[in-house]
Amino acid sequence: MSRKLLERLQQEFGTAILRTADQHGDAVIWVAPKDATVVLRHLRDREQCELLLDVAGVDYPERAKRFEVNYLLRSLARAHRVRVKIDVAEGEAVESATPLWRCADWHEREVFDLLGVPFRGHPDLRRILCHHEFEGHALRKDYPIEQGQPCVSTEKLFGDHEIEQASRRSEGVAAAGDESGLPSDLLTVNIGPSHPATHGALRVEVLLDGETVVRARSEIGYLHRCFEKEAEDHTWHEVMPYTDRLNYCSALLNNAIWAHSVEKLLGVQITPRCRAIRVIVSELARLTDHLVCLAANLVDIGALTNYWYLYNVREGIYQIFDKLCGSRLTTNYARIGGMSHDLYPGFAEETLFHLGRLDEAIRDVTGLVARNRIFLDRTVGVGAISREEALSWGYTGPCLRATGLAYDVRRFAPYFGYEEYDFDIPVGEHGDTYDRIMVRFEEMKQSARIIRQALRKLPEGPVNIDDPRVILPPKESVYGSIEGMMNQFKLIYEGIQVPAGEAYGFGEGGNGELGFFCVSNGTGRPWRVKVRPPCFPIFSSYSRLIEGGMIPDAIAILGSLNIIAGELDR
Amino acid sequence: MAVDLEAPSGFLTTRLRQAINWGRKYSLWPLPFGTACCAIEFMSTVSSYNDLSRFGAELVRFSPRQSDLLIVAGTISYKQAPILKTIYSQMAEPKWVIAMGVCASSGGFYNNYSTLQGIDRIIPVDFYVAGCPPTPENLLHGLVMLQEKVAREGLVPATERHARRAQA
Ligand code: SF4
Repeated sequence: MSRKLLERLQQEFGTAILRTADQHGDAVIWVAPKDATVVLRHLRDREQCELLLDVAGVDYPERAKRFEVNYLLRSLARAHRVRVKIDVAEGEAVESATPLWRCADWHEREVFDLLGVPFRGHPDLRRILCHHEFEGHALRKDYPIEQGQPCVSTEKLFGDHEIEQASRRSEGVAAAGDESGLPSDLLTVNIGPSHPATHGALRVEVLLDGETVVRARSEIGYLHRCFEKEAEDHTWHEVMPYTDRLNYCSALLNNAIWAHSVEKLLGVQITPRCRAIRVIVSELARLTDHLVCLAANLVDIGALTNYWYLYNVREGIYQIFDKLCGSRLTTNYARIGGMSHDLYPGFAEETLFHLGRLDEAIRDVTGLVARNRIFLDRTVGVGAISREEALSWGYTGPCLRATGLAYDVRRFAPYFGYEEYDFDIPVGEHGDTYDRIMVRFEEMKQSARIIRQALRKLPEGPVNIDDPRVILPPKESVYGSIEGMMNQFKLIYEGIQVPAGEAYGFGEGGNGELGFFCVSNGTGRPWRVKVRPPCFPIFSSYSRLIEGGMIPDAIAILGSLNIIAGELDR
Repeated sequence: MAVDLEAPSGFLTTRLRQAINWGRKYSLWPLPFGTACCAIEFMSTVSSYNDLSRFGAELVRFSPRQSDLLIVAGTISYKQAPILKTIYSQMAEPKWVIAMGVCASSGGFYNNYSTLQGIDRIIPVDFYVAGCPPTPENLLHGLVMLQEKVAREGLVPATERHARRAQA
């Protein structure tokens, strides 16, 4: 599939395409910085690559052209997976892709912040994850991981000039409609980074005219915990607990997709039982993710009762996790090549019991809100976004499906055997807050359906693959034989030796497509891991969604986007 | 506190300090400074199954002016640190701080360029709750321990402590 695409591109661009490769089904092309924009535009317009998934920078200090910038593209219509690679030297700029995809804005800022690659024509090239007093570029190989830089002040997001401009514009509007003759001074208000409705550490600075948001600008990075730098500092296996804390509302999904990505790079096939277990725990995690999102969203718009109803079910699922993994939230359950252990006896019965309670809760809550006048007024038509715009902003997951596009990785590129299960992909119509909420309610029903099927036909057999290069030996062998002990020692100290290469592993996370772009140089530690966090591009569109609306709308919209700071800032 | 059976009914003899501290310890108003995963477990602690209100601390307030217990739940990055400090200083005395989870206590397993290695580098902490994240039971335990501490304190506890700190 990717071969044909590569041939077409070579015909079209000839020598402008420096090199091509097919990596695990992804079409990879190398282009010079000066040709990047034409190629990217061609891919968007002619090859229907409507999604820019991510922009990932990699540092190779020993190369003449030290940095490699990867644009990860996806065509939903034609099922292309493309990676455009641009090598640049220190200080050399890449043409910004912001005119092509709106989400390029934040992705490129991140590359600039962490690696120091400049983007020409970028509208707002500032740091994004590190604070504004930070010096240097943290993801460069020569930046020591422990070198902290304290910060003493908070950046203002709007300059005085911008505030004045916005005031003048809104005064013009007021003068036309309002006869009071009062001057309309805009009020600058910070929502967050410590605000109950942000559910984590986000900041939005808004310019208000009364209660109307005239301008908004968001800032992130308050929970930047250096996942990617930590990953380079640990063995492939040791990264697992860090993945728990990306989207901490659905840690099991991150665990499973991380393991899946590394397995892709290793080229190993997991066992049928492991696949089924991963499906079950992934869907349970999706349930907790949606439950937290919906409960919090409903509280924010004043529907407190539902919080208790939904949280009770979630508590039940957490108790299952607790028994299964020894931890409620930070599960650390998957392993590369398998799981840390099998399900416990009685798992199926307990899960089915809690699924029953879930059905009840969904019935109760949708009964309370689905036709509730107040709820409808607060959500219908609020924060609507069209399908095309959502794609340009890099939406995936429930927020994209709410606009009516049935894109779900579990269908688009099935993994863990998702193609063997019957389930529907619920979609909305208007892409507004109401649709986003309702899509999540429906998805919970589908997840429950998948879990029930998986429990019914759970295959017997081993959970872990039989491969001493990847899986730790059983304890009897570690304590009883020199080979076993050596094997354990090497895997723990040196880590799994992953062959040199790169792979982009992805799956359907709670908020959309979660991906790990992994680069290995053939050692026990990753050379580079770039997370594709689904809520990062979604949150970059937040200002656009709330400008012109009221403050209470902004709160309702924020909840429905389900922004999880751990994954957003990594 | 003791009820004096000899005295005319309706009276209670106690020390002022004890009476006030008794009131304080059962009416802590928490401000959850939730930044990360620990905040999710804080939410579990408030919700019906664990029910923080059994300990008199369910009036969660997001305004520092209305609360006397700061629960720092989650990782504090250097970017977030000035904000935490401002919020702490906006709280009126007497005030207490719980560091919930290893990140707030020590930076946890994030020993890196952007994570503050424990909030006690910028604000005083009364009680550290271990765990990553602590279970709701663990947080409740922390709260009860804090209550015991509150009961033992002098009448103007936090102010004094604060002044001492300022001098040091
Ligand atoms: S202590 Fe653990 S659970 Fe809590 S915020 Fe830190 S990483 Fe998350």
